[in-house]
Amino acid sequence: MHEWALAEAVITAAQQIAAKEKLKEIKEVTIKVGELQQVEQDILRFALSQLKPASFKNAKFHITKAKTTLKCRVCEHTWLFRKNKLDEDTAEAIHFVPEVAHAYIKCPKCGSPDFEIIEGRGVWLENIKGVR
Amino acid sequence: MDPRTTVINERLSRIGRIIAVSSGKGGVGKSLVATTLALTLARKGCKVGLFDLDFTSPSTHLIMGVKDAQPKEEKGIVPPVVKGLAYMTLVYYSGDQATPLRGEDVSNALIELLSVTQWGELDVLVIDMPPGISDAVLDLVRLVKRIEFLIVTTPSLLAFETVKKQVSLLKDLKVPIIGVVENMKMNRTKNIEQETEKLGLKFLAEIPYDLKVEEAIGDEKKLLDTTLAQRIKEVAASSITQ
Repeated sequence: MHEWALAEAVITAAQQIAAKEKLKEIKEVTIKVGELQQVEQDILRFALSQLKPASFKNAKFHITKAKTTLKCRVCEHTWLFRKNKLDEDTAEAIHFVPEVAHAYIKCPKCGSPDFEIIEGRGVWLENIKGVR
Repeated sequence: MDPRTTVINERLSRIGRIIAVSSGKGGVGKSLVATTLALTLARKGCKVGLFDLDFTSPSTHLIMGVKDAQPKEEKGIVPPVVKGLAYMTLVYYSGDQATPLRGEDVSNALIELLSVTQWGELDVLVIDMPPGISDAVLDLVRLVKRIEFLIVTTPSLLAFETVKKQVSLLKDLKVPIIGVVENMKMNRTKNIEQETEKLGLKFLAEIPYDLKVEEAIGDEKKLLDTTLAQRIKEVAASSITQ
């Protein structure tokens, strides 16, 4: 249920943007979820529906999934993260703190743990739309 | 935008004081001071949290001999109570594996844990910082509004030179500094005390080099029976809970 904490952050951030842009009612919120964090979209969606304030009453939440691209800083090899290559405990550890991937994942080409998460890390608020 | 930073101060809102135990250099006993301070405050009846932010070289779990503790998942992460402390460390997730993190990764892991950890109500949260004045210090100051620093040094002027830089940074950032602890003291000179006062800071304590401390690693009861613990108890009484 760690998704609740992330949903709360999304709502708070969206409220801050709405206040800044003087939006009275929010119509759409677009959220990108990186595969690395393995966020349960159903739980995230449910948490968002439970946490949304009155100004978000009619808001639609669009959740898009982003593949995780990793790039080795030693040999520059680029590859995609695949959850099914990890055991359950490791996948869960990365779910809570995606950066611990550096403790478990190594470059498939040269074996270095020094890689960069190019995209698809965690939860990202892409866009909000509303009326003034 | 990254939504996580927006909830950090709310997560910490029911904590009385947030104290980062920090040093310019590694190896000055910062983790021992942080852990002992947290344990001492808890033994005095305070509700205390300990957060190990030294992600690449965590050691507070070894100091306390923590085994098998795991956080609970409840609308975020709830730290387990370990030795009387609400205790959070990246070790729950990285285990004994080497976890090489660059600055951006340190920032991301720090933001993640600050935004999802449900500390609840605490009198004091003690944070064991990594040494130096890089990402973790800068992020903590940027993100945690009520942060205060307690600085640890050794009698070495080499260590104190880095303290000066750290103090200069914290003053520029207008961050309160509780004072300076001189650890592992093996002589009677007052150099560090005088230098601390020149910086306009409170000299909190001198802690003699104590062989019993190494023997106490892994056993918090033995640790609380050392001279280090005695001096930290005095610091807690004079500068934290007063």
